[in-house]
Amino acid sequence: MEPAAEQNNAKQYQRFTRLNRLLHVVMIVCFLSLASTGMTLKFAYTSWAVFLSHLFGGFESAGYIHRVAAATMIILFITHITDLVRRKRREYGTWRAMLTGPDSMVFNKKDLQDLLGNFKWFIGKGPRPDYGRWTYWEKFDYFAVFWGMMVIGSTGLMLWFPVFFTLFFPGWLINVATIIHSDEALLATGFIFTVHFFNTHFRPEKFPMDLVVFTGRMTLEEFKEDKPLEYEALVNAGELEKHMVDPYPEIVVRVIRIFGWTALAIGTSMVILIIYAMVFAYQ
Amino acid sequence: MSNQTPYRTRRPLLRFSLPVAVLLFCCSALLAAQENAECLACHNDKSLTGSKKGKPIHVFVDEQKFGGSSHAKLACIDCHTDVAGKELPHNEELAPVDCGTCHAEEQALHAKSLHGKAIARGDVLAPHCKECHGTHEIYSAKDSRSSVSPLKVPYTCGKCHQEGSPVQKQRTIHQDNIIENFSESIHGEGLLRKGLVVAPNCATCHTAHSILPHTDPASSIARKNIAKTCTKCHAEIELVHRKVIKGELWEKQAHSLPACIDCHQPHKIRKVFYDQGMADRDCLRCHENKDIKAKNDGRSLFVNVDDLNHSRHAKTACSQCHSEVNASRVRACETIQHKVDCASCHAEVGQQYQKSTHGMLLAKGDANAPNCKECHGTHRVLGKADQTSSTFATNVPALCARCHREGKKAAVRYTGDQHEIIEHYTESIHGKGLMKSGLTVTAMCTNCHTAHSVLPRSDEASSVNPKNLPQTCGKCHNGIEQQFEKSIHSKLVNNTDKPLPVCNDCHSAHTIRRADENVFKLDIMTKCGRCHEEISKTYFDTYHGKVSQLGYTKTAKCYDCHGAHDILPVTDPRSHLSHENVVGTCQKCHSGANRKFAGYLTHATHHDPKKYPILFWVFWGMTGLLIGTFTVGGIHTLLWLPRALKMKRDKKNKSRVPEEEPSGEEDPEESHEDKP
Repeated sequence: MEPAAEQNNAKQYQRFTRLNRLLHVVMIVCFLSLASTGMTLKFAYTSWAVFLSHLFGGFESAGYIHRVAAATMIILFITHITDLVRRKRREYGTWRAMLTGPDSMVFNKKDLQDLLGNFKWFIGKGPRPDYGRWTYWEKFDYFAVFWGMMVIGSTGLMLWFPVFFTLFFPGWLINVATIIHSDEALLATGFIFTVHFFNTHFRPEKFPMDLVVFTGRMTLEEFKEDKPLEYEALVNAGELEKHMVDPYPEIVVRVIRIFGWTALAIGTSMVILIIYAMVFAYQ
Repeated sequence: MSNQTPYRTRRPLLRFSLPVAVLLFCCSALLAAQENAECLACHNDKSLTGSKKGKPIHVFVDEQKFGGSSHAKLACIDCHTDVAGKELPHNEELAPVDCGTCHAEEQALHAKSLHGKAIARGDVLAPHCKECHGTHEIYSAKDSRSSVSPLKVPYTCGKCHQEGSPVQKQRTIHQDNIIENFSESIHGEGLLRKGLVVAPNCATCHTAHSILPHTDPASSIARKNIAKTCTKCHAEIELVHRKVIKGELWEKQAHSLPACIDCHQPHKIRKVFYDQGMADRDCLRCHENKDIKAKNDGRSLFVNVDDLNHSRHAKTACSQCHSEVNASRVRACETIQHKVDCASCHAEVGQQYQKSTHGMLLAKGDANAPNCKECHGTHRVLGKADQTSSTFATNVPALCARCHREGKKAAVRYTGDQHEIIEHYTESIHGKGLMKSGLTVTAMCTNCHTAHSVLPRSDEASSVNPKNLPQTCGKCHNGIEQQFEKSIHSKLVNNTDKPLPVCNDCHSAHTIRRADENVFKLDIMTKCGRCHEEISKTYFDTYHGKVSQLGYTKTAKCYDCHGAHDILPVTDPRSHLSHENVVGTCQKCHSGANRKFAGYLTHATHHDPKKYPILFWVFWGMTGLLIGTFTVGGIHTLLWLPRALKMKRDKKNKSRVPEEEPSGEEDPEESHEDKP
């Protein structure tokens, strides 16, 4: 569809800000780095883990990458929160207005209705629900990251600085932190590389990948179809034109697509390796 | 002066005994006894002292010993003639006793001898009669109590003629270590060890009284007299030495023929000291010929004289090894029945060999069994210190490899678990040290297996039996052995029935690596795990174990925490992991670690609800979360997929726009997705 849009050179709807897109790209790089380096330890008993570990230049260098990525991710998280605070001040005034408005990431009653409506649609007992700016699964992905940041980040810090943390906590808490860190990371990678990949990229109408998070742009046609409520609201408010921008030139899109494909390929292969490790090589 | 007092105090006693003596004198016909008693009245006092040349001397006479001596029937004054008829107490300075009064012949010989001449010169070290024979306790030379009895002679002569004595140091004596050499000689062995009184002692060759230097023609050991002296015992020695002396020639042409001592050196008379003499030349007359072959099997009987002369046996005569020769035959070797028996000289080694696997196989008549010459060679026997010797340290692996290399005769019959021994050894730290670094002190085959007591590991007497292995390795690795023997793995500490590990269980036998090599460091965990199965499995559940599993060594491995050779149970206060030491052990890597840090469970597993309930429930909590999330997510996705496909189909059918390019790109994917 993008080539068609480009041919037409029609303006496109801008869904994500430059910062949001940047954060997502950085997050992808960090997340893949963290996952791949971390998995070498978790599945140390497999030959692929040994191979990967050597590819990273040894466990120490893999650990170094892991920590740099983790630190970057923490900075990224802080940047996002700062951005939220700034936007609240600029666009909403109060937290309440921001968190309860139609464009809020917070779950609300409509998300529950949409979830039930969607299940009905799955089994052919109703129409596909009309979604607003954020669907419930997008909100779930978003908060999953929040949760993951807290759980994996805090336990990760404990493993990073065990000598410091055992000044206050018993030694066995490091063992507990190991289990939580490792299993939560498995959950995060597993979820992102399967459910998130399907929900956003592999589902038939987006297959093989949705570039919106990188370009920030989607065709008006797609926008109407995907987020009809948001579209209507913008049309009614007469603000749609404000959000329409020129599409990226072909070369930029191609670079973005290469990046996206790489990320998808890494993620998908990691799922395959994990399944192999857990099902066939488990010790 | 001081001896005045005892004389005065004795006076009353003398006065009392004097009438008794007079009475006895009247009653008895034995004048001598009477007088002796008179002397002994004073001289049986042990503390009695007299003087000689102004120096105080003990003048006690043991009546009993004198009574048992050869001179028992003599009167004191028979020898001490200057006391006769003198009033008692007599003058303290008496003239020396002149034994020649009775023993004129001996005295004459002695006077002419080396000893006698020395006395005449006034040599204070020169021996008088009493130096050898004693004074009042003189016994017949046949009496074993006599200092000149055969068994005592070497000691009597040795008083002066042993190393370190004034005579040996200050006088010109041409022989050294006389007593030592004699005692090791066949004569000395016969006399001193076997107690054969007929075996020659010093006096047998040197005579008792006419001891003369060998340069004196009258000497019993003068070149021309030597044969006569030796033949006193070796009566028909000419028969054996037929070729050397041609019978009577020996005595007739004493100057042109070799004397006994040319081959049988004085004081060292023993077969191993034979010079290679004429007998060898006799043998070589035939065996120098390169074409000489055995009649029965055609093997070469050539003897390379050069080899022999450069060998350890350069001074050994042919007949010493080929011992059954008969010198009286023209072909002396025709009487040989048996093969050379090295053990006739190398007795101890021979016994070791007989008890070894090699020796036992040979005894069974096994054709593969190596005998002495298999390793040491025949005529070119070189010591293990000789670089060209097959038994020189760096050559030993190749020597053993002749049979023990894969496919060779010893390797094919071997049923144990050690294979490619030689190749592995060469690659091992010992092999590299020996062959590449050229360190001859590095352990090679015989250092561990011994040279002559080679036995299989299962044999309790084997140097590589688990029971003996720590000591064997400890010969070089002494410090390690000491640590190990205090550890829980040592049988000296641990009384368990379970098999305990010894050196090779961790270090292997022939593939021993440096302990700082990564391969060794990583392999050690599986080595420990062979016995400590559970605990090693749980180790691999922790960060330490996982990093090790990835192939990196820069993390705690078994021995980093538990110690290597000094391993002890954690309950032992000396253990690296005891309550006192554990924090320090953690600090080796984690500087700043404290007591709580040491509470980290290094062998934790989340599979044991009893031992680690928290870990168990945390794990299952996390797993529940994981399964729950994936179940919901999975169902959501699986339900979504067919509906989404249908939606896309419907849309395409509805639109039917002629935009073929994009839809064409997606069509094959779609139909592919449709299939399931």
